[in-house]
Amino acid sequence: MQQPLSSGHGASLPNSSTAPGRHQQVPSKAPLRSTAGHCDFITYQNSYQVPVQNIIRPVCPTSLDNTQGSGQTYSTLSMDSSLIAPRGPNMITATPVQSFVDTSQQASYITEHYPSQVPYIVPSQSTTQVLSTHSASINHAYPGFSYQPTSVFNTQHNAPLNLQNLHFATSQPLFNAMSCQTKILPKSEQEHPPASFQPYHAGNTGTSWQPLARTSVKKPAGFTTKPVALSSTARSDMSAGFPFSMPHQIKPSYSPSMTNVAKPPVSVAPLAQWLPPSTERLTSATASPASASKVQDGVDSSSSSSSSTNASLPNNYDSLEGGSNQDLSSSVTEARAPFDPSSLMTTKQSGDVHPNLQPVYLKPSSKVNHLSSSMKGLFFQNKQQAEARKQINLLQERNILPPVPIQCPQSNLSPELRNLNCSPDLFRCTLMNVPQTQALLNKVKLPFGLLLHPFRDLTHLPVITSSTIVRCQSCRTYINPFVSFFDQRRWKCNLCYRVNDVPEEFMYNPLTHSYGEPHKRPEVQTATVEFIASSDYMLRPPQPAVYLFVFDVSHNAMESGYLNICCQSLLENVDKLPGDSRTKIGFITFDNTLHFFNLQEGLSQPQMLIVSEIEDIFIPTPDSLMVNLHESKELVKDLLKMLPAMFTGTRETNSALGPALQAAFKLMSTTGGRISVFQTQRPSIGVGQLFSREDPKQQSTIKGLQHLGPATDFYKKFALDCSSQQVAVDLFLLSGQYCDLASLACMSKYSAGSVFYYPSFHHIHNPTQVEKFQKDLKRYLIRKIGFEAVLRIRCTKGLSIHTFHGNFFVRSTDLLSLANINPDSGFAVQISIEESLSESSVVCFQAALLYTSSKGERRIRVHTLSLPVVNSVAAVYTGADVQAITCLLATMAVDRSISSSLSDARDALVNAVVDSLSAYRSTISNLQKSVLVAPNSLRLFALYILALLKQEAFGTGLSIRLDERVFSMCEMKTRPFVHLILMIHPHLYRIDHLSDEGSITVGDKTIPQPPIIQLSAENLSQDGAFLMDCFSVMYLWIGKNCTNSFSNEVLGFSNWDSVPQNLDRLPELNTLLSRRVTSFVSWLQDSRPFLSILRVVKDDAPFKANFFQRFVEDRAEFALSYYEFLLHIQQHISK
Amino acid sequence: MAFTFAAFCYMLALLLTAALIFFAIWHIIAFDELKTDYKNPIDQCNTLNPLVLPEYLIHAFFCVMFLCASEWLTLGLNMPLLGYHIWSSPQIFLGVLIVSVSRYMTRPVMSVPGLYDPTTIMNADILAYCQKEGWCKLAFYLLSFFYYLYGMIYVLVSS
Repeated sequence: MQQPLSSGHGASLPNSSTAPGRHQQVPSKAPLRSTAGHCDFITYQNSYQVPVQNIIRPVCPTSLDNTQGSGQTYSTLSMDSSLIAPRGPNMITATPVQSFVDTSQQASYITEHYPSQVPYIVPSQSTTQVLSTHSASINHAYPGFSYQPTSVFNTQHNAPLNLQNLHFATSQPLFNAMSCQTKILPKSEQEHPPASFQPYHAGNTGTSWQPLARTSVKKPAGFTTKPVALSSTARSDMSAGFPFSMPHQIKPSYSPSMTNVAKPPVSVAPLAQWLPPSTERLTSATASPASASKVQDGVDSSSSSSSSTNASLPNNYDSLEGGSNQDLSSSVTEARAPFDPSSLMTTKQSGDVHPNLQPVYLKPSSKVNHLSSSMKGLFFQNKQQAEARKQINLLQERNILPPVPIQCPQSNLSPELRNLNCSPDLFRCTLMNVPQTQALLNKVKLPFGLLLHPFRDLTHLPVITSSTIVRCQSCRTYINPFVSFFDQRRWKCNLCYRVNDVPEEFMYNPLTHSYGEPHKRPEVQTATVEFIASSDYMLRPPQPAVYLFVFDVSHNAMESGYLNICCQSLLENVDKLPGDSRTKIGFITFDNTLHFFNLQEGLSQPQMLIVSEIEDIFIPTPDSLMVNLHESKELVKDLLKMLPAMFTGTRETNSALGPALQAAFKLMSTTGGRISVFQTQRPSIGVGQLFSREDPKQQSTIKGLQHLGPATDFYKKFALDCSSQQVAVDLFLLSGQYCDLASLACMSKYSAGSVFYYPSFHHIHNPTQVEKFQKDLKRYLIRKIGFEAVLRIRCTKGLSIHTFHGNFFVRSTDLLSLANINPDSGFAVQISIEESLSESSVVCFQAALLYTSSKGERRIRVHTLSLPVVNSVAAVYTGADVQAITCLLATMAVDRSISSSLSDARDALVNAVVDSLSAYRSTISNLQKSVLVAPNSLRLFALYILALLKQEAFGTGLSIRLDERVFSMCEMKTRPFVHLILMIHPHLYRIDHLSDEGSITVGDKTIPQPPIIQLSAENLSQDGAFLMDCFSVMYLWIGKNCTNSFSNEVLGFSNWDSVPQNLDRLPELNTLLSRRVTSFVSWLQDSRPFLSILRVVKDDAPFKANFFQRFVEDRAEFALSYYEFLLHIQQHISK
Repeated sequence: MAFTFAAFCYMLALLLTAALIFFAIWHIIAFDELKTDYKNPIDQCNTLNPLVLPEYLIHAFFCVMFLCASEWLTLGLNMPLLGYHIWSSPQIFLGVLIVSVSRYMTRPVMSVPGLYDPTTIMNADILAYCQKEGWCKLAFYLLSFFYYLYGMIYVLVSS
């Protein structure tokens, strides 16, 4: 069995490179399918697929709104700055927070593109809207926007687009302009409804087909049972409570058109050719039933009478959650493939079969009768059945990857609370439904933890200035949206349940200028707020921003030419360094001696002071080495201009990094601040000396791999000293040879710094690294920074924090000491359940980050997350967030590989999948032994873990160098999960015929939104061009038979042969396709803080191996293909 | 009734065990303080680490004394703890012999003697383990204190 399967499933590299056309592939796949009795299927499948697609897209948008919803919420709050203007005793000001990129272009982009998002946002807003007037007005505004994109109708990928937009939006500044426009909306909404709501409709149509049953189930069951339900509730809220019940109105009329829209996405994938026919069929097919059901839904969108109607509504939401459509279909394990969102691709592959309606019916006939009945709207299902339906047979389901980014699953929380919750980009939990006891958690066998990104750049964030910051008297929790108020005068802490008094000042609401409404204060309205802290929160006066740069100027360093680039970048950005008038700066260079630079104001030029005694470091002139940036700016600039030339031609090859660090610490210890160390080789003299530990022989065996931990504790002790003096150390390692990063990284790890690594950096030979270094450095210099920070994470009584992951020093069981905090560092926390949570139905987590801003203000940023407690295994599984779980497991595995061994860590990762799937399996009765089932929420678990095992950090390949492996591990520990998951499992797009269908509009640019393709080389075709987005690198793969028009129009070369190997950026050409491709690529780039390197991969390109290594579903040199991996897991389970 | 070497050993052990009891109490208090957030882990490790070797040495010392005094039963009773100490003790103490022993392997890379690393000590597992260890040792030392008292009297009386 294995043979045929593997051929289809995990195409080996050779195959992939010469990927056959889609049609050719079909046959190979067919055998795989056959197990499911697919023969009949094909026809049905195709027909059915379209509906599926419909469902799918909506899913994404809705889920988006949920995930992003909270983010939006506060942004909106701040938008209405007039409302928040300082009044009365408390001043509340909305302050825009620095966004990732502050370019005006983006700003405009946001406003423009925002409209398309609007529809999704509305629901989330609606719940919040109840609270305050201003939020209500915001809601209005949104509808107005929504109408703008009439073009949406025709576009294929609407849903994906919107998703992307939202994503982006969170990191983008929103403009007040939007709110102005919004006022117009209400009327227009009714006129143009279809456009704005399209996403929902799509969902409805899709849902109306089959999933009725599910909806019926959910409604009665209430939200508690399913995470999915939340979306539905949100929606119903909208309809009920919200003045503009757009969805309902729109739906009936719009549904047919929706179907049309929906189809294109299906076809979007490689095989655009046969789209047209399918679309027609779809429309006809879907239109009738879907529209009918839809209309009903729309009419009584609330959870009212007829089973069918009820069902349809909830269904949408369920589906919205992400993969819900699969859930529906998944009841029949075999049938699943067609239903899956990713199934789009399958259909394509399977051939030219045209979609005909029936897939739904088919399955029922084959297996479950109730499905068919559900179709007719006749039947109710009970909760358990619904749960059961969520199983997915991994071995059967080939295309499990949805074409749009996955969203965080929804918790069982009531929609009001859920919408108040912190944005999942900032704060998320691996289990959105928290198990009641440790025993239940053990039964589920999933890691329980939090991932947070506390200092992420936010577009808007309510900033509160108040003389008293309201906190619980006993546990010091900050007041948050999840507390309960009694008689306006007292509030009950949601973490320790103490009842506290509401201070007098808090009774006044500056937003509404009303008195006696403490529950409408902004602190209680949004889960992410920032307080300006009083002097109670200071141990000493807020420190100024202090930056010290430590440059390696040995022979090796000058050879690499980094210093020139670095000084250039500093010169350009020295004015943009975050800080105020007190900002201080200093420089140290070192080879085998230390060089200090006296930059005291009044000097005509910088003075270099050389200290050759490195055994016992002293500081020559302590006062004049760290100088005020503004007073000595000219000297600083002079120095930066002189510095590169000063050391050219040096013959000194030794590097006294340890003494240089000690000197740096002495300079900084009185103030605190940031030390940026640029190092190009292994420190060879003085304290902190390191020796080569890399042994090529050891690399070959995974078991013998050692030296992942530090060789000396010098750097750790140094980092701890730094941390206690509020100094953080950032390390830039630019090196060709082995540098023992495992030891060096300790200096950043425990001082809350960051590590940057540029292997084989050279200013001439390695232009891509140079470009990356430049961009990283620019971002590094101008990004926000917080000093002398502490992060405290509180959780509801009964929970306790087990372990922290990230770069910091743990000062207490719940307190992290962060000398610096930057917007690009993420943290992970493992949680254990100490006592049963049966007393409470909800648990809360609160992360409070106290820091000194670069302007010398003491601020507290508070994020609160509230999650429901459940006591059934099934509910825990439905709330499992597979991306978060993967990221948490990655960090745990890094720990394991350092404390134990790499092979242990790999085993642990595999066991994580085996345990959780077998635990899930044991909850299901009467399964065949050969079936490998996963809950819908975990359907990508095995895939992600496999991808993780193929990462540089855990991979077994011979070619992974020790430093690169260690760096990859550092990244796992410190990257925010949004970035990390993309690094683990890259996105693959086909870009050689991008169309504007489904695109989003950013500013005056249209950004196409191609679907995400599974990471199997068989999806590549020689006549296409593909873009793989691995976060830090983007690979552009150009097939041999790719039309000359692509290389001509996009790359600017006449044909494939003339495209150079080392093309590292896309030219801006005046052709339609070029505009689309470049706008898409730059849009991807803008969505992340650091630039990704673009690499062109042709068949003979040097990056080919790296590129194909990323195809995690394929078999690699020492790694299993996805299908083999599944078989491997299955074997373990059935043991 | 004569004052034998064995009796001397027991008296010495009695006194030293009293010291070890204080060590154990100090250990327990220290970890409790850590858990309840009163102390900075760096400071706490700096105070705890210097005590690790002395404790081991004291215990090993009177084990050797009992060996010399041919108090086999007493020695036998102490062997498990001695083994545990050796197993968990740093390289400086036991040299290269023990390098392959697992607790040593997992000891953080440190340039000073001691077991506790401020960067890992706050891990819930390690914290719980250390606390448990403290209580177990306290119980052991208390029991052995009374046993030595009994042993001393017995030796004095019987000889």
